[in-house]
Amino acid sequence: MKEKMAKGSAMILAALEKEGVEIIFGFPGGTVLPLYDQLYDAPIKHLLVRHEQAAVHAADGYARVTGRPGVVFATSGPGATNLVTGIANAYMDSVPLVLITGQVASAFIGTDAFQEADITGITLPITKHNYLVKDIEELPGVLAEAFYIASTGRQGPVLIDIPKDVFDQEAPFIYNQNCDIAGYKPTYEGHAGQISRAVKAIRDAQRPVIFGGGGLIRSGASAALRELAEKARIPIVLSLMGLGAYPGDGELFLGMPGMHGSVTANYALTEADLIIATGVRFDDRVTGKLEFFANNAKIIHIDIDPAEIGKNVTIDVPIVGDVRLVLEELLRKLRPGNTVKWLKQIESWQNEYPLPIGSNNGASTLKPQFVIRELSRLSGGNTIVATDVGQHQMWSAQHFVIREPRAFITSGGLGTMGYGFPAAIGAKLAAPDKKVICITGDGSFQMNIQELATAVYNKIDITIALINNGCLGMVRQWQDIFYEKRYSYTSMAGSPDFVRVAEAYGAKGLRASDEKTATAAITQALTEKGPVLIDFVVDPEENVYPMVAPNRPINEIIIRGDY
Amino acid sequence: MKHVLAVIVENKPGALTRVSGLFSRRGFNIENIAVGETMAPGVSRMTITVDGSETVIEQVVKQLHKLINVIKVSNLTNEPSVMRELMLLKVTAEAGNRSDIQQIVETFRGKVVDVAPDSMIIEVTGNDDKLEAIKLLLQHFGIREVARTGKIALLRGSKITIKS
Repeated sequence: MKEKMAKGSAMILAALEKEGVEIIFGFPGGTVLPLYDQLYDAPIKHLLVRHEQAAVHAADGYARVTGRPGVVFATSGPGATNLVTGIANAYMDSVPLVLITGQVASAFIGTDAFQEADITGITLPITKHNYLVKDIEELPGVLAEAFYIASTGRQGPVLIDIPKDVFDQEAPFIYNQNCDIAGYKPTYEGHAGQISRAVKAIRDAQRPVIFGGGGLIRSGASAALRELAEKARIPIVLSLMGLGAYPGDGELFLGMPGMHGSVTANYALTEADLIIATGVRFDDRVTGKLEFFANNAKIIHIDIDPAEIGKNVTIDVPIVGDVRLVLEELLRKLRPGNTVKWLKQIESWQNEYPLPIGSNNGASTLKPQFVIRELSRLSGGNTIVATDVGQHQMWSAQHFVIREPRAFITSGGLGTMGYGFPAAIGAKLAAPDKKVICITGDGSFQMNIQELATAVYNKIDITIALINNGCLGMVRQWQDIFYEKRYSYTSMAGSPDFVRVAEAYGAKGLRASDEKTATAAITQALTEKGPVLIDFVVDPEENVYPMVAPNRPINEIIIRGDY
Repeated sequence: MKHVLAVIVENKPGALTRVSGLFSRRGFNIENIAVGETMAPGVSRMTITVDGSETVIEQVVKQLHKLINVIKVSNLTNEPSVMRELMLLKVTAEAGNRSDIQQIVETFRGKVVDVAPDSMIIEVTGNDDKLEAIKLLLQHFGIREVARTGKIALLRGSKITIKS
């Protein structure tokens, strides 16, 4: 067969087609002119954002909902460097992305040319892998490898930097998706001997807890998790990244552990004699002070990334593999132990320490928790929540009942303010039939507020629930508790009238500052075609509880707040 | 404790940066690093000496494995192996003490590879102890400059780290 010749830019679009990519998130510029020219009459969709960072976050939201790599185009220099936060965010949360950046023409590389930045150097520590393609002959192989690496094993972002002249060069185009990379062979099947040890540990355990994370969602392990929990009667705690892997209102669910986790989740981890850790990385926000973490427990750790096993916590039964495959194998051999007494203990904790719902005790103030609970109640199922970062994020994790995997989209590892709104846009494009709610704060929203133009122009039907407390609430909370109420630069005074901003962009804007109007606004927003923004003017004094101070044992919990 | 790792990498642009960057980024203490081609085309061998506890070294090895360009990582520390480093020393050498220097060099099976009116360059290979020992002895005459290659190592016997 004669090899077909193709230009670099045509190879890229052909590769995207072969990979089943439906949409590109991007922003054009000088060095990607040839690529955008190729895109001009191509059938593939492209979402034009207003800032490159929003392109990565939107692609990231898209990828978290679909499970497939999100694709981003950006130009060299500032275009590429504007991607950096989004790439780091995706890397920390293991989100598959393929990012294609233009680079200055080959002859200019290294000369500090106009809009030149060494983006492969800059993104080296925050990508799973990256490439600078100087030879057009290498491009087809690099494209296939990038998609393969991004979407397999522990997923992550892969960046391809392409000099402007390479887009126009021609070479034979053969696209082979069966990549064989000598140094990259992810392990999917768990070790049989270790799985048998896990089976025995589960049979012998009296106080077992399943501690699940984002890996459950990425590997599609929800059904297996549920079967394991229900057959062996083992309670579940889920990290921020794992929310939705088991229904938030399921009978064995204890909530999120860690800094703002439920008392029961933290007590359960502390008192457990066995922790079955699945697709988690024992982040400091979950473990608290490590020497005190789960001292009574044997720990089984199932993860696709061998480097996560034993990184922060000593593991008794390490199992490297795909979480779903390992859990399914575990289920075939499962011999349940007796957890009746343990579940009774847990139930008594749950009764003793319910989540503070932030009651306003009949006053007229609007509490943020009320807003989140109403959003959860009124949206019902079939809803995806994308959050920003801060207090509203923690309240969303605590109070919004997430019933399905891939329905809670949030920046976990990097904690990126400005993530939520563009991620919600990407989520909606990934799941047009689902209701998408972006829960954000007045601080976070202003970090990517310009994307209102993208949302309005493209008729992205989302509800933006802006929890407006007039300050950087989470930072203020720490100043309140740990810095003697010295509120250094956490006031957001000077913020615009968000309703009028929404209207100026052509979106609907609503405002609520009491419970009655809040409920009415939510009802209206959820039935109307979006984007609709609701500015919830909430009590600025409200803090997130329960709380474990940083680097304290997780059973040392500050329990305050109104019930 | 010091560990010696043999890291087999694809000889791709940036591969060395990826490996060395990993050490600084994750806070691992790298003592030295030596890189060279192997018998296999496009494949290089890096010998890395790193200081750390068993747990730290386990993380180093796992993190190295995660790099796409890294094909294999072997910890040679507790395996019987031959470890060598080459050192060049420029020593102050007047006519009066040349023979004393010569004698030390011979004892260490080193070589004088360059002679100038007031200095000479000495080449010596060996393990850490040997290189430190000769350095100490030559210090007496005045060492002007030192260059070292970093340690390289091969397993003893017929076992190999990577097939070519």
